[in-house]
Amino acid sequence: MPDLGLEVLLKGRNMERLLEGLGIALEISLISVAISIPLGILLGVLMAGKNPVIKAILRLYLEFIRIMPQMVLLFLVFFGTTRAFGWDLSAELASILVFTLWGTAEMSDLVRSALISIPKHQYESSAALGLSKSQIYGYIILPQTVRRLLPLSINLITRMIKTTSLILMIGVVEVLKVAQQIIEANRMASPNAAFGIYLTVFLLYFLACWPISLLAKYLEKKWR
Amino acid sequence: MAVRVLADNQPETLLSIENIVKKFGDNTVLNDISLQVHKGEVIVIIGPSGCGKSTLLRCINALEPIQGGQIKLNGQTIDPNGKDLTELRQKVGMVFQSYDLFPHLSVIDNILLAPCKVQKRDRAQVKEEALALLARVGLQDKAESFPRELSGGQKQRVAIVRALCMHPEVLLFDEVTAALDPEMVREVLDVVLQLAAQGRTMLIVTHEMQFAKAIADRIIFLDGGKILEDAPPEQFFNHPQTERAQQFLNIFEFEVVKPHPAPQA
Repeated sequence: MPDLGLEVLLKGRNMERLLEGLGIALEISLISVAISIPLGILLGVLMAGKNPVIKAILRLYLEFIRIMPQMVLLFLVFFGTTRAFGWDLSAELASILVFTLWGTAEMSDLVRSALISIPKHQYESSAALGLSKSQIYGYIILPQTVRRLLPLSINLITRMIKTTSLILMIGVVEVLKVAQQIIEANRMASPNAAFGIYLTVFLLYFLACWPISLLAKYLEKKWR
Repeated sequence: MAVRVLADNQPETLLSIENIVKKFGDNTVLNDISLQVHKGEVIVIIGPSGCGKSTLLRCINALEPIQGGQIKLNGQTIDPNGKDLTELRQKVGMVFQSYDLFPHLSVIDNILLAPCKVQKRDRAQVKEEALALLARVGLQDKAESFPRELSGGQKQRVAIVRALCMHPEVLLFDEVTAALDPEMVREVLDVVLQLAAQGRTMLIVTHEMQFAKAIADRIIFLDGGKILEDAPPEQFFNHPQTERAQQFLNIFEFEVVKPHPAPQA
């Protein structure tokens, strides 16, 4: 077996530091998810609505966020706002801001497509049974929308967790940054550590995202 | 089918459609239509596609707003913007061509939803009634199934039971067999025939002429947004008064194109 340099993990607080790094990544992504989901639902409902002005504005927002690479958005918010408006955002706050902007846009599109995929007949046949508007949404439309939405939005959550690997570029010390620091610090003593440490990072991301994927798969099956 | 008659020999009008006009933009789909439906009457509406048959049914249930005239159920005007609209809709059951069961609910929950949530009736009682009705349409063992597990004909029978459980005073059937295979058409039409035999008031849009002949008290022939004929089925099918109706009925006749060879002795 080749030397993976795994002994480096046991030195000092290295393993603990990696876990702390993962904690930061999860904290930033999950806070953003927690804000993105309600905001995304709200915007998605508006996008599926009838007001053409609101729809155009939201469409523009969505396309803008989609076209921009997340890294450019991070630089724009972290460095750009400092120059332009003199804002002194912490790297963590800038990350949460960018991930929330991105997550909200993606979520709103998921909500919109789930809403418009409910056939018109579902509204009509429930109205014909005498259900009021709020009952139609509460008993018929929303349950079906949520069923379509859940697997997709869970997928979005794992994407957001994985994409936090970019925020080291604006100086957030998350799991990947900690890994680089550990590798740098042990370059002389364990030159092979890169493989073992990055492997560990891979496993940590996997452990964070896999249960979420399993949940999505389970719900998909249950609500087929 | 005997029309229920009041003491003074005037049949009791349940649904009264008075001079209604329905337009989609500049296109007038229903042009000054009037129709009286008496209690216990079965009216079959036929006509070429695009003649406004389905639109007429949808207007009765206020799924489409009308631009003129009015529709009254038991003397009460059906107003798409009225507060009592949901109450009126409970009295008008409707079954659609595409069944439109709720895919996330089991058969029994599809049926119980409106009686329990809209009419606030006792769940156990409605369930008992629903199971009895399911048994009558041959679906007693499907109560816990989901719509995706049923055939088209089974779904349509569930949709009929769902409408019946609301105890509607009038039932609207909008081409309920148009999406079905012939055998399934039969099983659904048999259910509708049963309902007619029970004296239910129904308006039926269909392309099944034999069925129309068997079930109707009156045939309404609709074309170009107008009622061209309103007659008992024998009269309509045997002696249509208008040329348009004759043309339409001829669509269902076929002439032999190849002479048959004489059977071999």
